[in-house]
Amino acid sequence: MAVSEHASKQYDLDLDSIRSRVLQMGGLVESQIRRAIEALHSGDRALIEEIIANDHKVNAMEVAIDNDCSQVIVRRQPAANDLRMILAITKTVTDLERMGDEAQKIARMAKSIHERGALQPPPVGLGHAAELAISMLRRTLDAFARLDCTTAAEVIRDDAGIDAEFRSILRQLITYMMEDPRTISTALEIVWIAKAIERIGDHAKNMAEYVIYIVKGTDVRHTGPLSVEP
Amino acid sequence: MSAPDTLMKTELMEQKTALTAKADVQDLDFYYGDFRALKTISMPVYERQVTALIGPSGCGKSTFLRCFNRMHDLYPGNRYQGRIVLQPDNSDLLAPEVDPIEVRMRIGMVFQKPNPFPKSIFDNVAYGLRVRGENSRRRIEEKVEGALQDAALWEEVKDRIHQPAYNLSGGQQQRMCIARALATDPELLLFDEPTSALDPIATTSIEELIHDLKERVTILIVTHNMQQAARVSDFTAYMYLGELIEFGVTDELFIKPTKKQTEDYITGRFG
Repeated sequence: MAVSEHASKQYDLDLDSIRSRVLQMGGLVESQIRRAIEALHSGDRALIEEIIANDHKVNAMEVAIDNDCSQVIVRRQPAANDLRMILAITKTVTDLERMGDEAQKIARMAKSIHERGALQPPPVGLGHAAELAISMLRRTLDAFARLDCTTAAEVIRDDAGIDAEFRSILRQLITYMMEDPRTISTALEIVWIAKAIERIGDHAKNMAEYVIYIVKGTDVRHTGPLSVEP
Repeated sequence: MSAPDTLMKTELMEQKTALTAKADVQDLDFYYGDFRALKTISMPVYERQVTALIGPSGCGKSTFLRCFNRMHDLYPGNRYQGRIVLQPDNSDLLAPEVDPIEVRMRIGMVFQKPNPFPKSIFDNVAYGLRVRGENSRRRIEEKVEGALQDAALWEEVKDRIHQPAYNLSGGQQQRMCIARALATDPELLLFDEPTSALDPIATTSIEELIHDLKERVTILIVTHNMQQAARVSDFTAYMYLGELIEFGVTDELFIKPTKKQTEDYITGRFG
């Protein structure tokens, strides 16, 4: 989408600044998720505490970006693509903030698993699901930065993959728990982690839907992945 | 009338086009001497709806508006081409045999700056009726009161109705001009930037008035204020250099215009 400049330079600067801070926030959230998964495997206490403590940075960015969006609305009365951009950003930061919460949740579960000195968590392919979720987030941020509907549509379709991973992890965990009841507490924590990863995928998908809204003006929420053109 | 390609084909549009057109503009060109100020404009003006005309200065929106009450006839060398078909009688108001005075009886106009005549409030509002040959004092009084009530001015002026109109505030003068236009029961009201000389409160009262009036009369409004177009209108037409670039349902045009030119204008990327 070719976007020409506003007659007001300051307006362009304001919008650019908000957009780049959304990407910055996305980068922070991506790193939080990645490190939470790392901490789950390594049990690194310092890292876990750092992830938990960092969540307030994500929250603060959400509030600041929302505030800047209000400023643009009140000062510029954005219309058309600018309006769609601002609306999409206020929604995007909500999803990013919730992803941050999920990362923090994973870190807390990692802490609990490792503090209990639990058995090595059953190898159920969490890592793969997490990679998929992180990749969805990264690509949806790319799509946002480049206003690229093709990548956004890909992300939306990939969400089904994460959902399938989640169901598969659940089935495997049930098998472990039936075979050895000592794995139950850890397995339940793994369920929470898997659920957090699955939610991260959902949020990435939401963000991808907003990208399509920005570019095309069509609202593809709740329409199913098939309705989204590649 | 065949739909021009500038029409947005959307569901909302389909719902709205169950409406009947009060006027159909068909291939309208307008020339100031040799200068072609309007270029083949075709669009409907839907009955009892507000249609806003927007566009940068010089785009022809006021020229277009003025065609509707044949105001260009006042200057030699001006020339219309094409038709503006008024319903329900299916008459072309631009046809040479049509008397512009007759057209102006049916189509009222309110200008950018309030233009009260140097007369009393009563005589201002009664002016059109008297021009029409209305003699009954009682009928005139009824009409004047009705028009002032419709213009939301009656309560403010009923005790000083025979005082000079110049004593009114700017916003009141503008509402009085609207009352003057309403007194002759027009079918179509033309507004040429009716609030650009008013403060925000007076502007709001005019906008409210436009909203109330559309139950009875079709309204065509030229405005430079895009938020105003978005607030008061049901349909919006974006014009540029004498051409109609896009015509659509206001609710959609300001969120998702179909033409990049429209988008650039309404988002302030026009330079």
